[in-house]
Amino acid sequence: MISVMSAVAVHGESLAQATNFIFPNDLHVHWSLMIVLYPYITGIVAGAFIVSSLYHVFHVEDLKPIARFSLLFALAFLICATWPLLNHLGHPERAMSMMLTPNPTSAMAGFGYIYSAYMVVLVMEILFIYRPTMVALKEQSSGLVKTLYGLLTFGSDNVSKKAMTLDHKIISFLAAIGIPMACVLHGYVGFIFGGVKANPLWATPLMPLIFLLSACVSGIAGIILAYVMIKKFTGKKIDVACVRTCIKFLWGFFILDFVFEMLEVFTHFYMSTHHWHTLEALLWGPLATSYWFMQVKIFSVIPFFILMFLSLVKVRDKVLLFFAPIVSFMILCQVLLMRWNVVIGGQLMSKSERGATTFHPQWFEKEGILASIIIMVAPVVILWIFGKLLPFWNDEKQTS
Amino acid sequence: MQDIQEIKNEIAQDRRAFIKKVMGGAVAGSLLMVIPATATEIAEQIPGMRAEKTVFTKKRFAFIVDVTRCIGCGSCCVADRNEYDVPDGVYRTWVERYIIDDQDNVFVDSPNGGTDGYTEPRTDIPNPVRDTFFVPKLCNMCEKPSCVQVCPVGATYKTEDGFVLIDPKRCVGCGYCVQACPYSVRYFNKNHTADKCTWCYHRVRQGMLPACVNVCPVQARKFGDILDKSSEVYKILHEPHVISVLKPGMGNKPSLHYVGLRREVV
Repeated sequence: MISVMSAVAVHGESLAQATNFIFPNDLHVHWSLMIVLYPYITGIVAGAFIVSSLYHVFHVEDLKPIARFSLLFALAFLICATWPLLNHLGHPERAMSMMLTPNPTSAMAGFGYIYSAYMVVLVMEILFIYRPTMVALKEQSSGLVKTLYGLLTFGSDNVSKKAMTLDHKIISFLAAIGIPMACVLHGYVGFIFGGVKANPLWATPLMPLIFLLSACVSGIAGIILAYVMIKKFTGKKIDVACVRTCIKFLWGFFILDFVFEMLEVFTHFYMSTHHWHTLEALLWGPLATSYWFMQVKIFSVIPFFILMFLSLVKVRDKVLLFFAPIVSFMILCQVLLMRWNVVIGGQLMSKSERGATTFHPQWFEKEGILASIIIMVAPVVILWIFGKLLPFWNDEKQTS
Repeated sequence: MQDIQEIKNEIAQDRRAFIKKVMGGAVAGSLLMVIPATATEIAEQIPGMRAEKTVFTKKRFAFIVDVTRCIGCGSCCVADRNEYDVPDGVYRTWVERYIIDDQDNVFVDSPNGGTDGYTEPRTDIPNPVRDTFFVPKLCNMCEKPSCVQVCPVGATYKTEDGFVLIDPKRCVGCGYCVQACPYSVRYFNKNHTADKCTWCYHRVRQGMLPACVNVCPVQARKFGDILDKSSEVYKILHEPHVISVLKPGMGNKPSLHYVGLRREVV
């Protein structure tokens, strides 16, 4: 009996092999690791901004300690968001034509504008929030640094109550318009993929939504991880209430994110159209490990329950501070895997609808693993430089 | 017998003169190969293209592939690679071999894009074969091209007469068009810009047929002006045939039409 079954299985396998066909031009995966990083980095930017807005606009007071830090964190990543794109372009020297002579029907042409507009809002918000701090720092410093602080404060030393009230109004306005802009920034990145009708994995109106939710998740997780790690390494006191609130928000956003990701797949499974058969071959074929095992089982289900536990049970501070960075790191992995599975996975399917290609990133190629690591480390370095100029934490303002 | 002997004697007498003549001929012949001769006029293959009053943009070109005629020889692919500098592993045009067994399983292959011709039958088909045929593929020159829609800088554009072309000086090499094309006809060339089949636009403008059409030994590929009622493409598109396009559900409205296209073909 078993031998008959295995013979049938072998027959099925050889049949699957024989019917496998990819279009000759689909053998090569064009959008490499760089295009995996691009939505990952912009997602972290959008998510970090949302954390800051939760305090500045929605007045979640618990998040005050990290409200300023999240903005610097977002800016550090935003600066690097275009790096993978420029590294990927066949002609990076022509990149500016996307803004100078854009094609209005192209989903991609809008990125330059959305990115720049968002950059302006983010930088302005940071400068206004840090103005009183920088005025104080300017008085203590000398030389070039003093000039720099002078420039960053727009040459205004006025920290009177009246001036601060005006600043506060401007900050609230910038934070308020920043939220829809952050959503547009990342929803739009989802649209770049969701609008490709030729690709069955990408072409779903849910794509911008899933991208946006995973962006929020990755941003919050990034902030928690960075906050706890920096505080631990510098031996400073961690605001536990802040971490607790962050974890709750992380869980909330992750519930939505994970549920939508699964609903999308389940709906296709239930309808079982030709579309599903193509997806099925991909998700249980070349993506079986990176999607079902890594993204769903290890890095979604486990963090989901850890987050639920941390949110619903009043755990001791030590337990919270032990699990918070771990679960945040896992969530960051989940989102990175999701980007991988969407960007690379989508390209593995040939448009012949009859087979899949393979993709193995190399370490030292132009868009390889080393280049990816450099691009992911760069924001951390930039953040460290920011930290030299602008104190991350509100409590350090008084000590300076 | 005596005559031959006389000729032999004559050659023997003036062997030197004979060699001189042969050498002279050889040198003159070689010179002809080195000195560029005046361009030979190639006959006009698309009627009326070279007439002075011809307004190129007033023509509407159509490409028709007759699936029932293709023999899978690969001549078209060879002609294409001779015409263009195409990197290895990517194809402006290719030929797919379809095999359908009696269990409705569809087996497709296209080793080296079919460039080497299908000389050997497939040996890995487990069931009796019901049918087999070849499908040449190339740019579909869509009426609503996805590649033109998504190009962020307008490097890919549609001409008035329906050609979809790429400006290599504008292309930024983002690859969005490669992703967007439902037919996977696009690739990156050696200059890191997107490239694809152009229906030999440069030849057509000079009144010549696309290279692949020109060489097809069985007229499986046809090209012409559908506004010219005497053209073959006009006749095919205006007479009852089984005519279809690839992936009509994509809504791209290809100008490339197939005669005898089967539902199994993607």
